[in-house]
Amino acid sequence: MLTVENLKRLGMPAITLSLDAGACLAVMGPSGSGKTLLLRAIADLDPSEGVVAFNGQNKAEVPAPEWRRKIAYIAAEPGWWADTPSEHFRDWSTAQPLLEALLLPADIGNAPITRLSTGERQRLALIRSLAGNPKVLLLDEPTGPLDAASTQAVETLLNQRMKEGTAVLLSTHDAAQASRLADNTLKLANGAAEVVAA
Amino acid sequence: MSFITLDYFDLAMAATLVLVNAGLSLYLSLGLERRFLIAAVRMAVQLTLVGLVLKALFAVSSPLWTALAALFMILFAGREVMARQERRFVGWWGYGLGTSVMLTAALLVTVFGLSTQVRPDPWYDPRYAIPILGMILGNTMTGVALGLHTLTNDAARNRPGIEAQLALGMTRTEAMRNTTRGALRTALIPIINSMSATGLVALPGMMTGQILSGVDPIEAVKYQLLISFLIAGGTGLGALAAVQAGAWRLCDSRHRLRLDRLADPAP
Repeated sequence: MLTVENLKRLGMPAITLSLDAGACLAVMGPSGSGKTLLLRAIADLDPSEGVVAFNGQNKAEVPAPEWRRKIAYIAAEPGWWADTPSEHFRDWSTAQPLLEALLLPADIGNAPITRLSTGERQRLALIRSLAGNPKVLLLDEPTGPLDAASTQAVETLLNQRMKEGTAVLLSTHDAAQASRLADNTLKLANGAAEVVAA
Repeated sequence: MSFITLDYFDLAMAATLVLVNAGLSLYLSLGLERRFLIAAVRMAVQLTLVGLVLKALFAVSSPLWTALAALFMILFAGREVMARQERRFVGWWGYGLGTSVMLTAALLVTVFGLSTQVRPDPWYDPRYAIPILGMILGNTMTGVALGLHTLTNDAARNRPGIEAQLALGMTRTEAMRNTTRGALRTALIPIINSMSATGLVALPGMMTGQILSGVDPIEAVKYQLLISFLIAGGTGLGALAAVQAGAWRLCDSRHRLRLDRLADPAP
């Protein structure tokens, strides 16, 4: 479904990979090895060389906003541009069922963003992206700031989406999480990249 | 027209006040006396030179020399706009963006004012063109500099929020909307404030000058109103063009935020 051929940019080894519908590939490697750069390049948030295609269609042929609605990048520290969570959604009611699934309080919609914890913001950002029903999720450390219970809730939700056909590319420091969620692991280290079975 | 001409003795008497300030600085050890004197001398030299240049310009009243003087003023204003930026665009954009929007805005408004309202004969008569361009340019410069400064700083500071919107599939126009709006507001507030305070707090310099040179106050007020409207127009036009062009340059055709097109903040 998603194919990456010889994707190159400064600070990251050349990367070739492919991801089927419903599959999950974990990206692992030390800080600075290029995990975030890879995810951002696939989302076309930074210039890069090489070919990235979704269902055979090169990203260069698709308008960038349309590309990113299908292939959603969620940053390790997601950004916000309004005062409350609900203002970041086209229709806040679509978020309601997911709030419960991710152990967030139902009345969080009108809380000031600045008063939420890092973990709450992280989960809200995931819900915000899922609201657009993307086909591929590019997750940068999605459970980094989360406790065990919330981490499990996020993984359950991701597994459910994968069963429905969403592909996931997941950057993580947690090898156990990689083996729980991913079929394969892409290891980035010392300027080289290799895919190994989880 | 009747006005009292000043001789050099009058100026020397007034200049003693600068010496008083310098003495005060020495007495209170503020360390400002040198800068006081240098600034006063600079002002005297600069203004005298400008006076001579204007006198020569008015004497020849040639469209070519008037255009050259106008171009020189605009290029200098462009340098000033660039100097006021904390994060400049790299390459020619750093100087070219501010300069070209000011060239367009100030020139458009000046020509509009000269050709349809003031109507000197010939329309480029430097006695009207140069001072009017100067007043419009001075204010447009402030608007353009403020707008660009706010735009680039805000984009750099709110990068996560802008990129989050891009990542959600919004266009660059949508993602930059808060930033461009804020920059335009900041650029336009000073001109609104100055219009509302004019006459109550301060008498505008041009109007005061006309009154001192014997013009009827009502006529001077009419001139001042005209100039203020032209200034508001120039500032609005210049700030709008600068912020739009800046926002355009901050993103690329793939709807990415390109902060790499800004130089690191000046120390």
